[in-house]
Amino acid sequence: MQEVGVRSFPVVMITAAFTGMVLALQSFTGFKRFGAETMVGTVVALSVTRELGPVLTGLMVSGRVGSAMAAELGTMRVTEQIDALYTLATNPINYLIVPRFLATAIVLPILVIFADVIGILGGYLVSVQILGANPTFYTRRTWNYLEFNDLFSGLLKAFFFGMIIATISCYQGFSARGGAEGVGQATTKAVVLSSLAILISNYFITVLFF
Amino acid sequence: MGRESTIKINAVNLHKSFGGNNVLRGVNLEVREGESMVVIGGSGSGKTVLIKCIIGLVRPDEGEIYVDGLGISSLNERRMNEVRKKFGMLFQWGALFDSMTVWENVGFGLRYQKNLGTGEIKEIASEKLALVGLKNVEDLMPADLSGGMRKRVSLARAIAIEPEILLYDEPTTGIDPIMADAINELIIQMKEKLQVTSIAITHDMKSAYKIGDRIAMLYQGEIIEVGTPEEIKRSPNPIIQQFIEGKSEGPIKMVDPSLLIIPSRHTRHEER
Repeated sequence: MQEVGVRSFPVVMITAAFTGMVLALQSFTGFKRFGAETMVGTVVALSVTRELGPVLTGLMVSGRVGSAMAAELGTMRVTEQIDALYTLATNPINYLIVPRFLATAIVLPILVIFADVIGILGGYLVSVQILGANPTFYTRRTWNYLEFNDLFSGLLKAFFFGMIIATISCYQGFSARGGAEGVGQATTKAVVLSSLAILISNYFITVLFF
Repeated sequence: MGRESTIKINAVNLHKSFGGNNVLRGVNLEVREGESMVVIGGSGSGKTVLIKCIIGLVRPDEGEIYVDGLGISSLNERRMNEVRKKFGMLFQWGALFDSMTVWENVGFGLRYQKNLGTGEIKEIASEKLALVGLKNVEDLMPADLSGGMRKRVSLARAIAIEPEILLYDEPTTGIDPIMADAINELIIQMKEKLQVTSIAITHDMKSAYKIGDRIAMLYQGEIIEVGTPEEIKRSPNPIIQQFIEGKSEGPIKMVDPSLLIIPSRHTRHEER
């Protein structure tokens, strides 16, 4: 869990901060065209909690953690360490994969909570300090329209994304064949497939809620 | 003559193919309790597949393997795991777990099988490491070790659970001659001190003669002959002779002979 969560923390926070900031900037300038610039706070809050928080965190973690898992398990596979586990009467799936699965599924929602907070804060900073919005109004707008389901759907997505990343990455690593090249291929496939799976499942989970 | 020995491992009519490649084509091999059996054969002859079938890492397409009389090829994973506790295996490149220290590697089988405390496990690990001639390496990582040391740690890990059967996948390959002989000696000691049944696969004939009570040759997916080192040395079979003498010419064709004809500069001059 430390590996998945703590080490991914900086990457996720930077992603969240800049996403929130650019979102605020884009919304403001875009909405200004039809006079809706007061809605920026709401837009940032809803977008971040529902979509950008979970999805971007998921993608960042899939790149960082997914590739590491695939590489680690892939290397073990091609150096016969997984065979060695069998010969020592240990089931490699229980020993290697289950812990990674649980760690990722639990840690991802936690990361997303932090990402949401930082994202919203980023939006606040840009709006208030740079674009000159009124802090009180902006803050009120942020919270007024935010519903429990926005946050919850985001966290549920994160939970699923965590499971997806772990399953796909571990499977790729576990079935790597053929030396260093095989490990490299497994790592690439892990990241690409996890990312796609995240984006696709994102749509379907969203449909469930809204 | 006529001493009754139990058959510890019996491979009967094993067939295994990968893709279109028929690796094992009806292998029959009997290994008696307490004996040291060496399986020799060329690269790619299926020696590793055979040994992996014996420990259940690979399921044969046809045929059966009996360990202490129990057929193992259709056991479920849980029961297979129980059978595996009788085995220790030394992999060709060690297959040590690189995220763990040496003593954690050696003690791995103990931790997950017999519920001992950490202190006790470390002690037993040190003991086994001493048996293979290693001291003060307990806290090193596998990456810090030389090839010979890695093999010995791997051997210590295989014997830590005091198995009845030891499998050696190319124990002396890739090791300098002095270390190779040290490993041969260790294998003999394991047999004498621990009274294990062992199966080693190798193409190192010096090692095979030294450690084997009997030697079996695997050729084109079948065991073509089994005998004591003396019997094998005197075998009339040309295939065996070519292999044990290490000659590139003979009935075993590893290299297409027509590829070995290289046009000389002399003939090229003539063409001009």
